[in-house]
Amino acid sequence: MARFEYLEAHTVRQALSMYRRHAPNVRYVAGSTDFLIRSRMGNWNPEYVVNIQHIPALQRTSFSRRNGLRLGALTTVQTLQDHESVQTHYPALAAAAASFAGVQVRNLATVGGNICNASPAGDTLPALLAFNAQCLSTGPEQGEQRSTALDEFFTGPGRTVLEPGELLTEIRLPRPEPNTGSLYIKHSPRGAMDIATVGVASAVTLAADRRTCKDVRIGLGAVAPTPIRAYAAEGILRGNEITPESLAACAEEARNTASPIDDVRGSAVYRKEIVGVLTLRTLERAVEMARDGTMAFETQRRLAVQAAF
Amino acid sequence: MKRHLNLTVNSEPRQILVEPYYSLLDMLRDELHLTGTKKGCDEGDCGACTVLLNGVPVTSCLVLAHSAHDAEVTTVEGLATREGLHPVQQAFAEYGGLQCGFCTPGLIMSAVGLLEKNFDPTEEEVRYAIGGNLCRCTGYTKVVQAIMAAAEQARP
Repeated sequence: MARFEYLEAHTVRQALSMYRRHAPNVRYVAGSTDFLIRSRMGNWNPEYVVNIQHIPALQRTSFSRRNGLRLGALTTVQTLQDHESVQTHYPALAAAAASFAGVQVRNLATVGGNICNASPAGDTLPALLAFNAQCLSTGPEQGEQRSTALDEFFTGPGRTVLEPGELLTEIRLPRPEPNTGSLYIKHSPRGAMDIATVGVASAVTLAADRRTCKDVRIGLGAVAPTPIRAYAAEGILRGNEITPESLAACAEEARNTASPIDDVRGSAVYRKEIVGVLTLRTLERAVEMARDGTMAFETQRRLAVQAAF
Repeated sequence: MKRHLNLTVNSEPRQILVEPYYSLLDMLRDELHLTGTKKGCDEGDCGACTVLLNGVPVTSCLVLAHSAHDAEVTTVEGLATREGLHPVQQAFAEYGGLQCGFCTPGLIMSAVGLLEKNFDPTEEEVRYAIGGNLCRCTGYTKVVQAIMAAAEQARP
């Protein structure tokens, strides 16, 4: 059994100072759903863990139409799924949460942990990318704060821009635009407790004419070294009329943007194909939602996981 | 070095000496000898270690024991009362929602967690709620029937 000493912080300042005192053989943990697994596998062997789970300032979740959504880094994935404002204004994020592991893990896992672990297949990440999430973090030395676009946050599998000891504190999603729809679809061998073979989140905002695409953002998971935005695909649709042809062209470009690898969950060729399919499906649903208003959460949840076998 | 941990387990306040690296699961089994909670995969996939932590189901193998200070933990041992089995336990027995029984405590705790939140679940909601529990014997049909029956019985 991996052994370590346990420290618990109750403020961000305390967490930073505990980290400094024991660096470099120290790790922050929150939900600990990834930490305990990697620790038992012997991948992570810190002498000290600093538990940040009980820092009240990182637990707050708030929404306003003016400021958008503010998620304390400790917001659990289950809270994302159940939160009325998330379901209403950021449906792709609620759907992503619903596709995440099982309820026992969702009750523990945090959105901050999902971001910091930086898995290319992290289920909340394509949706957070599609909503232009910003990551607020506090630096290890003077407690200096910075804000990084999620799109620039990941530097490789399991790697982020965070300096050692820097703490992700809050995730901000800009206010929802009117006439916007969004959906996340995860493709995986099993319908629960599985890692995405491919995950796609699309958010579409329609212009006042309800035919023109005012804005579109597409996040892709498990098809590149990090979760990515499909910028070229977005460019094809943005400012143009929504037609079956324009949606198909956009999906095709997303397929080209993906650079997946072969692994046990699917070959690279298969994954690219699925990116095209899921991009089209999420776009179509997002357009539907942008036109007709909200979609029942039960329906979104049903659509969110599309098991393969 | 072992440190003191205060928490409530099955409505009883406890003070326990626990290693800093222990999971809630190991603490329940090794220190409190509550072996109803099972250790299956020890990586959060199988759900056999499911307990309620402050009222919601969690895989106790993925919780640091010391992080559960001041928490309320309910294990399968905490469900039955002097009057008899919990309705979910009773329904599992009546419907044959088990074979080897290893996954049963976890499934029961997930079902109890679901019914605390939603006392009128659809079959789809039941299946979704036990998505994190693996059973290699039953094929889940009787498990789902048992949970639906327990829900019906528990409804006011």
